[in-house]
Amino acid sequence: MAEIRVQNLVKTFADFQAVKGANFTVNDGEFFCLLGPSGCGKTTTLRMVAGLELPTSGSILLDGEDVTFKRARERDIAMVFQLFALYPHMNVRKNIAFPLVSTGVGREEIRRRVEEAARTLRITHLLDKSVSGLSGGDRQRVALGRAIVREPKAFMMDEPLGALDAEFRHIMCTDLRNLHDRLGATTVYVTHDQLEAMSMADVIAVMNEGRIEQLGSPREIYDRPASMFVADFIGSPPMNFLHIEGTVAPGDNAIAIDGARIGIPVLREGSVETKLVLGVRPEHVTLTDVGSVRGEVFGTEYLGTMQIVTVRTPRGVVKARIASSIPAHAGENVGLAFQTDCLSLFQAGSGKVLASALHDSPMAGVSHG
Amino acid sequence: MSAVNSAHSVVEPSGQAKLVASVLVAFYALVSLIPLVWIGLTSVKTPTDSISYPPKVIPYVHFQPSIEGYCNLFSTRSRQTPEYLRSLPPPQGACEEITRSRNMVVVGPSNYVPRYINSLIIAFGSTFLSIVLGTAAAYAFSRFKVPLKDDLMFFILSTRMMPPIAVAIPIFLMYRELGLSDTRLGMILLYTSVNVSLAVWLLKGFIDEIPREYEEAAMIDGYTRLQAFWKVVLPQAVTGIVATAIFCLIFAWNEYAFAVLLTSGAAQTAPPFIPIIIGEGGQDWPAVAAGTALFLIPILVFTVLLRKHLLRGITFGAVRK
Repeated sequence: MAEIRVQNLVKTFADFQAVKGANFTVNDGEFFCLLGPSGCGKTTTLRMVAGLELPTSGSILLDGEDVTFKRARERDIAMVFQLFALYPHMNVRKNIAFPLVSTGVGREEIRRRVEEAARTLRITHLLDKSVSGLSGGDRQRVALGRAIVREPKAFMMDEPLGALDAEFRHIMCTDLRNLHDRLGATTVYVTHDQLEAMSMADVIAVMNEGRIEQLGSPREIYDRPASMFVADFIGSPPMNFLHIEGTVAPGDNAIAIDGARIGIPVLREGSVETKLVLGVRPEHVTLTDVGSVRGEVFGTEYLGTMQIVTVRTPRGVVKARIASSIPAHAGENVGLAFQTDCLSLFQAGSGKVLASALHDSPMAGVSHG
Repeated sequence: MSAVNSAHSVVEPSGQAKLVASVLVAFYALVSLIPLVWIGLTSVKTPTDSISYPPKVIPYVHFQPSIEGYCNLFSTRSRQTPEYLRSLPPPQGACEEITRSRNMVVVGPSNYVPRYINSLIIAFGSTFLSIVLGTAAAYAFSRFKVPLKDDLMFFILSTRMMPPIAVAIPIFLMYRELGLSDTRLGMILLYTSVNVSLAVWLLKGFIDEIPREYEEAAMIDGYTRLQAFWKVVLPQAVTGIVATAIFCLIFAWNEYAFAVLLTSGAAQTAPPFIPIIIGEGGQDWPAVAAGTALFLIPILVFTVLLRKHLLRGITFGAVRK
C-alpha cells in the first residue's frame, strides 16, 4: 500500500480549467474521499492520479515516486468505475483474472488468487457465470474483485455506488468500509453523495469549481465548515445563513442583529468586509418566546422523532431541527435562539469563515493541516 | 352472452395484426424470390426450353431438367462435322454426351473457374483490407483527439457522394500509368478505397457505443492501449465488424462497372465474365443462369453463417441495455 501526494495539480481542457491547483496527501491505508457537485473536478483529479488523464501542471507522487507522467499501467493502481466496466465477453472468473494475466502470473497462481478474491467478496458461486446476467450489486462485487485481486498500491473508485439503488447503496457503503479496513488499502473515493462520504471516509476533500474548499475529517467538515459552500453542501437540510452587516474585530464574542446581541465563539480574526453571514446548523436552533431574532413559521416537515420547522425571518429563511413534541404551527410568530458555541461567521464576499474559538483545538482524528 | 376477452396486451400485436404482417412478408419474399427461382430453373433447362413461349415452369412436367447449362459453363466447345464426330471414341461422361448431341466437342475448360477465383480473391481481399483499415481509422477517430476530426470525417464521407464510376476515366488512366490495370492488386485497392469510407463511418458508430471505461480499466490493469484494443474493444466490436464486412463484401463481389473497365484477362472477375458466355455459340441462357446461380453462393453462405451478427449489428445501439 502507499501514500499518495498530490501537489499543485492543474488540468485545463481547451479553455476550461477543470482542476485549479489541488494539494492533498492520502496517507498509507487511508480512505480518502473527493466530494463535490458534478463538474467540480473531482473525477478529473482521480483520473489524473490513476493515469488516465495527464495534468497540465503539478505533480503526483506515489510512495515518494513521481508518477505524474507515467502511464496508468505502470502505476500499480486499481480502479473501480461507476458503470463497473466489466468485460461482457468474459465470464466473472476471467474478468477478475484479467489484471493478473497481463502480469504473467502462472495459471495456478491466477486461479488461487481469483478464488481468494471471490471468497473475500463472497461471490465464489458467481465465478463461472456470465457478467451480463448479474444484478447491480453482484457486478459491483465483481468489479471490486478485479480491483483487489492484483493487490495494488492504491484503489481509485469513481462513484462506484452511483449505479445502485438507494437501499443497496447503504449496504455496499458498510461492505466497502469493511473491505477497506480488512485490506488496509489506500483508497481514493469520488462521490457527489455526502452521506457516502461522511459514512465511509477518514478524510474528505470538498471540491468546488476545480478547487479544494476544505480538507478534513467528516466531523471537522460538518462542524467547522471552512466556507459557505461547504456549509451549504454538507448537511441535510444545509446550514442556515443569516445575512447581517457590521464590522467585527478579533476578540469579539457577539454580533448585533437588529439591535439584539447574538453570542458567537470568540473571534480570532476581524473582518474589514461589512457584509457578513452567520451560519447556524438546523440542530443548533431552538424555538423560544423571548428570542431576539423573530420570524413566522412557514411550514413543518415531520420526520418521526424530529421535525424540521421552516421560519421566515427578515434576515433569511431559517430551518430548525427540533423534537417533534414541540408544537409549531404555520403562521405562528416565534423567536429563535442559537447554540452560541457552534456558530460560524462567514464573509459574504469571499464566502470564507472567520477564525474563532471554534477552530482553536485540533479535532480528533485529523492528520491534515 | 359469452364473456368478452378484454385481456389484451397493449404492446403485443394482436393475432390479426400478426397475420396481416405475415401475409405481407410472405408476399414480398415471394416477389423477391421469383428472379432467383427463375435463375435456378433456367440453369437446369436446355437452351431450347429456356427460350420457349409460353415459358416452361415446372420441372419434370413442363420440361426435363438438364445439366447442359452447367456443362457449357465450365467448358469451351467447338462445332464439328458429323463425320468427324463419328470418328471419335465414345463420349465419356454426361457432359460430353450432351455436347456431342449438339454436334460439338469439348476442347477445354472455360474461363469461369479462374474468373470465379479472381472474384473470391478480390472481394475477400478488399473486404479484409477495408475492415482492417476501417477499424483502425474508426478507433482513432472515436478515441483520439485527431486534428480536424470533423473535416476529415466529412472528407471520408464525401468520397461516397458521387457514384464511384464518375471517376472511372481518371482511375483508368491512373491505373494504366501505374501498371495496375487488369491486376488483382489493382482491383483490391480500388474496391478497398471505395469501401473503406463506408467501413470507417459504420465502425466509428459501433466503436463509439463501446464505453471508454473498458479500455481504461484494461490500461489501469497493466495492458497497453494496443493490447486493450485487441482484448477488450475488438471482441465487443465483432458484431459491427461483421455487419460492415458483409456490406463491403456484397459491394466488392457484385461490382460490375469498374470490373468491365479495368479488367479483361488475368484479373477479370465473374460479373463481367458471365454476360460474355451468351456470345459463345448462340444465346446460351442456361449457361448464363448457371454461372449466376453459382455466383450467388459465396455471399449466401457468408451471410447465412454470420446472420446472427448481422441482425444484432443493424439494430445495435437502438436500445440501450
